[in-house]
Amino acid sequence: MSLIDFLFYIICAAAVILLAAQAVINPTAFVQITVFGLADGAMYALVALGYTMVYGIIELINFAHGDVFTLGGYISAAILGFFAINEESFSVINLVAILLVFPVVMLIMGGINITIERIAYRPLRNAPRLAPLITAIGMSFVLEGIMFLWHGPASVHFPDILPHGLGYQTTIAGVFVTFKDGFVMATAIVLVTLLAIFINRTKLGKAMRATAQDRDAAQLMGIDINRTIAATFFIGALLAGAGGMIWGLYFNNLFYNLGFRTGLVAFTSAVFGGIGNIPGAAIGGVLIGLIAAYSDSYINSKWTEVVIFGILIGVLVFRPTGLLGMRVPEK
Amino acid sequence: MSEPTAVKRRSLMTRLHLRERMRDRDQAIYGILILGALVFPLATLFITGGSTAYIAQAAHAGTWVLLAIGLNVVVGFAGLLDLGYAAFFAIGAYTYALFASSQLGSSPLHHSFHFPFWLMLILGMIVAATFGALLGFPTLRLRGDYLAIVTLGFGEIVPVISYNLPDWTGGINAIGGIDKPWFPAWITGPWAGANSISIQQDSVCRNPFAQTQFIPCFSFGFDQVAYYVLIVILIFGAVILVTNLYRSRLGRAWMAIREDEVAAAAMGINTVTTKLLAFAIGASFSGFAGAYYGASFGLVSPDDFLFVVSITVLVMVVLGGMGNISGVIVGALVIYFILNTLLPSLASNAVSLANTLGLGSIVASNGTYPGLYNEVQYSQFLIFGLILVLIMLLRPQGLFPSRIREQELKHAAVQEEGSAVEEGVRV
Repeated sequence: MSLIDFLFYIICAAAVILLAAQAVINPTAFVQITVFGLADGAMYALVALGYTMVYGIIELINFAHGDVFTLGGYISAAILGFFAINEESFSVINLVAILLVFPVVMLIMGGINITIERIAYRPLRNAPRLAPLITAIGMSFVLEGIMFLWHGPASVHFPDILPHGLGYQTTIAGVFVTFKDGFVMATAIVLVTLLAIFINRTKLGKAMRATAQDRDAAQLMGIDINRTIAATFFIGALLAGAGGMIWGLYFNNLFYNLGFRTGLVAFTSAVFGGIGNIPGAAIGGVLIGLIAAYSDSYINSKWTEVVIFGILIGVLVFRPTGLLGMRVPEK
Repeated sequence: MSEPTAVKRRSLMTRLHLRERMRDRDQAIYGILILGALVFPLATLFITGGSTAYIAQAAHAGTWVLLAIGLNVVVGFAGLLDLGYAAFFAIGAYTYALFASSQLGSSPLHHSFHFPFWLMLILGMIVAATFGALLGFPTLRLRGDYLAIVTLGFGEIVPVISYNLPDWTGGINAIGGIDKPWFPAWITGPWAGANSISIQQDSVCRNPFAQTQFIPCFSFGFDQVAYYVLIVILIFGAVILVTNLYRSRLGRAWMAIREDEVAAAAMGINTVTTKLLAFAIGASFSGFAGAYYGASFGLVSPDDFLFVVSITVLVMVVLGGMGNISGVIVGALVIYFILNTLLPSLASNAVSLANTLGLGSIVASNGTYPGLYNEVQYSQFLIFGLILVLIMLLRPQGLFPSRIREQELKHAAVQEEGSAVEEGVRV
C-alpha cells in the first residue's frame, strides 16, 4: 500500500468518524439531512449520467449539458401551462399532466440535444480536441441566451403540482418526510434502472459500450458510429430533461443559469464515480448530494462549494479513476 | 566609372528585410500590431479631442492579451488543458492588493504593507507560479483531461474562498484603494517635468524601507496613457520571453510531449518536470497580469475571477490558433472587441438601424414585448455563443494556426501512411 493510498484511507476514515459522531449526537437531525441529501443527489445523478455517457464515448466535457437540463425545466413549465392544473391541492388533472409531460419533455430535449450534436460536435469529430470543447461552451451560451430571452434574468415559477401540504407529509420517528422527497428518489431510481437495462441488454446499448471502448474497432465491426453517438446524446438528454422537470417539481423555481452550477456539480459527481462509468455516475451523484447536505448543515452552506470541489481535487489526486472507474491504459 | 552596385546605398526596405518579413504571416501580424499599438493612442487622442476612454479600454484589453499569452504556454505549447486559469489571475491580483493597500491593517494581522508595484509584479508572478506548481505536482502524473478537471475545481474554489474570508480579502466588498505604480522622483524620463504624458508629481508614494515615510515621486495615478505604455511594454517583454522559450530546448520538449507523451518520455524527456514547468510558467504570466490588473483598476473583487474569465481566455487562445503567439494576441483582441465593444453597442445600433429603415414600430415596447433595445440587449449571450460556434465550425484550427505544428501534423500523417505501406509489403 503506497503512501497516497494510506493518506486516502485516513482522510476517508476521518470523514466517516466525524459524520458518525454527528449521527450519535443527534440521530434525528442526521437522518433528516440524509433525506434532503438523497433527494438532491438523485437529481445530480440524472444530470451526471449525461456527462459521463458523452465523455465515455467521445471524450468531450459537454458544457452545454447543464443547460439542456435547465431548458428541460423551462419547457416542461411551459407545457404544464396548457393544462388546467390545480396548485392548491392535488387533482386528477395534475396526475395526467405530470404523466403526459414527462415523456413529452424528455423527447423534446432528446431531439434538441441530437440537433446540437449534429450542428456543433459532429462536424468537428476529427478537428483538434479543443475545438468541440469551445463549441460546447458556445452552445451553453446559446441555450442560456434562449432562456434569458424567454423569461429574463429573474427566476421562473414552476407550478407546484405534486401532492403537497399537510396530507402528504409525515414524521417518522422525528424525521420529516414529504411526498416530494419520495417521488424524486423513486423517479430517479426508475430512470437509472431503465438506463442500466438499456445499456446492458439492448443491441444499441452494446454498440454504445463498444464505441466507448474503441471507436475504430467498433466501426470495423459494422457499428454506425455517428448513429451510436447521436443515440448517446439523445439518452443523455432524456435523463437531463427529466431531471430538469423533477428539479422544477421539487423546488418550484428555475433560473436561466441554473444549469451552470448544477452542471459543474453533476460533472464533479461523474468524476467522483469514475468518468465514463455509468453506475459510477449515479452513485457519485447521490454521494455528492449527501456530502453537500452534510456540509450545508455541519460546516456552513457558504463553504459547500469549496468542499465539493476540494473533494473533486482530492479524488483525482488519490483515486484518479474515481471510486468505481476502471484503470484505462495510456496509449 | 565605378560599379553602380558597389556605391548604391541599400534602401531601408532591403536593410530591414521588410519585403521578406511582410511575406511571413506571423511577422506581418507583429508588424501590424506594433504599428497599431503606436498609432492607436495618438489617433484616438486626436479624434476624440484628448479623451483617454479608448486608451483605457485598450490598456484593459492588454491584460487579456497577457493572460492569453500565458495560457498559450500551457494549452498551446504543452497541450495541457487548464480550465481554472482565472484562479492564478486572482492569486496575482490578491497578492498585489493585499501587500500594496491598507487592507491587511484591518485584518487579524493588524499591519498593512505598501510594497512598490515593481517588486510585487515579480512577487505576484512567483506566488502564482508556486500555486501552479503545488496544484500541478500531484496531478500532472495523470492523463491530460484530469488536469483540466482539477484546474476547473481549483478555479471554482479560489473566488469562493475570497468571498468567504471577508476579514482578509474584503469579501464581496472587494479591496479598494490599492497603491498605484510609481517612479521615485530621481528617475528622470520623458514623464518628468514637462508632463508630456502627464504623470503627476505627488507625495503619495511610501518609502519602501520605512513605510510610514513618504518620498517625492511620479505616481501613475489615473493616467490611462501611462498604463497603456506600461502594458504595451509588458506585453512586448512577455512576447520576447515566450518566443525564446518556444525556441529553446524546453519549448521543443513541450511540443514533443504535446504530440506524443510516451514517445517523448522514451526520448529521455522528464515529462513530469517539463509539464510542471509549462504549468508553473503559464500560471506565472497570469499572476503577472493579475498584479498589473490590481494596480491599474485599483479594485480587486472576487467577481473578476469567475469561471467565465477562464473560459474567455481559453476561447481567445483556441480562436487565435493554439501555439501561435501572434495568432493568440489577435484572438485575444478580437474576443475582447466582440465582448466589450461590439455586443454592448449592438442594441443601440439595432435601434438606429430599425429607425432608418422605417421600422419604428418594432422599436417601441408593447405588452409583453420589451422593445427592440431590450430584446437585443438580452440576446448578447446568445449572439456570443453563436459567434463561438460559427468561428469554430469554419476554422476549427483557429484564425492563425501555428505553421510549425501544421507542418508537423502533415508530416506525421504522410509518415504514417508510408509505414503502413511498408508493413503491407512485408506481410
